[in-house]
Amino acid sequence: MGEIQVEAENKKYEPKIAAFLCNWCSYAGADLAGVGRVQYPATIRTIRVPCSGRINPLYVLKAMANGADGVLVSGCHPGDCHYISGNYVARRKFALIKSLLNHVGLEEDRISFSWVSAAEGIRFAEVVKGVTERVSALGPNNGIFKVVDDGGAAADE
Amino acid sequence: MNNIINDIRDKARQLLAEGKVDVVIGYEKGSLPLKATPFFAHSPAEVDSLIWDETCENNLATYVAKTPGKKAIVAKGCDSRALAVLLQENQLVRDDLYIIGVSCTGVIDQRKIVAEVGEILEAGINDGKISVKGMAGDKEYLFAELKDATCQTCRYPNPVLEDVHLGETIAVSQEAPAFADVIALEEQSAGERQDYFKEQMSKCIRCYACRNACPLCYCQECFVDCNSPRWLTGGVNRAENLFFQAGRVLHLAGRCVDCGACTRACPQGVDIRALNRKMTKDVYTMYNHEAGISEDGKPALNEYTTNDPEQFLVKE
Repeated sequence: MGEIQVEAENKKYEPKIAAFLCNWCSYAGADLAGVGRVQYPATIRTIRVPCSGRINPLYVLKAMANGADGVLVSGCHPGDCHYISGNYVARRKFALIKSLLNHVGLEEDRISFSWVSAAEGIRFAEVVKGVTERVSALGPNNGIFKVVDDGGAAADE
Repeated sequence: MNNIINDIRDKARQLLAEGKVDVVIGYEKGSLPLKATPFFAHSPAEVDSLIWDETCENNLATYVAKTPGKKAIVAKGCDSRALAVLLQENQLVRDDLYIIGVSCTGVIDQRKIVAEVGEILEAGINDGKISVKGMAGDKEYLFAELKDATCQTCRYPNPVLEDVHLGETIAVSQEAPAFADVIALEEQSAGERQDYFKEQMSKCIRCYACRNACPLCYCQECFVDCNSPRWLTGGVNRAENLFFQAGRVLHLAGRCVDCGACTRACPQGVDIRALNRKMTKDVYTMYNHEAGISEDGKPALNEYTTNDPEQFLVKE
């Protein structure tokens, strides 16, 4: 009985992914996917930001701390930024965020960065599919930033 | 070494007497053995308290922006690099600043002594030898044995920015930085690194001594004190501690001058430098940038090129 239940729960497991999408490209890309009725997993929780350059590293950390199983950050392709250079400066920041989080032992696939344009509705769906698959494979966030009741002290014992 | 102290005092006396500066920021002997403490000389009569030796571990650049008026500062290599970053970021006015440059052979890491002889009761420095009387015994050390980790690989013992240089300069190899410590950690598995940082972060008590000692942590309101949005709850646990440390390190990415002040200020012995060094290495390898080596230029994250590396992108 117990085992069957566990299996049923496992099947139901859908990761929750915080998706930070820039207003001008990726958000419009997601919109296009919707308008075009392109199917993709309902795992992302979209947070619209004015530009990928607006993304504060703390947003990514806070999403993980609040229990997101994964984070997807997406903006305009380099060279296409609505604000000319927002995603160029963001790119340096993203590289360092990813590198630091891997260094402290966060799984590589928890945090994903991508460039999706407003015309790439189908590609947006592909990106979400890919990210969902990889985060599902990792399982729930029991990671190092999640503030669960005791800050992970119980898991350490 | 004594000559340098006299030179520093003479220079400070001259600057204050001539009215060129309102205050000279330097070091005086601390109340604990082997500890120097920042000292602010406002009049020529006070300059005889100024000292300079291997215990001068604070980064004085921390106090410069907070000190009103025209000021002179006794700066070693890392202090001057922090000043350079502060100038790049328009936090200081160069004309209000007089930099008394001194070359630094490194500072003492007290933790190494305390680990062996317990609390330090008395200590003396003589000719590069440090004799210590501790709670659990006496010992004599060579300075080389006690040198702080950051000083062992220091590439900028001489100030990069100065108005006058006192004492001799130190010859140092200008080879590319090696980052052996970071590479050693990188070579471990993700699980091992996770365990290492979990252990480190469970030591942290979030006293924010690291933030307060850091010359480049000058935000009017630190994100940890921010109420809206509330990034951290104020509870002390390893998850939140890592959030704080990672957030701080990301704020310092491309700006950290690796002076080691945060790690020396830490009462819990948290390896904060391991995070900062990783960012320093990444910024160096990806953007070929070293923080604060000249007054001109910008911090690495304020700039970009159209062909910056993109290995971080999601694999498709």
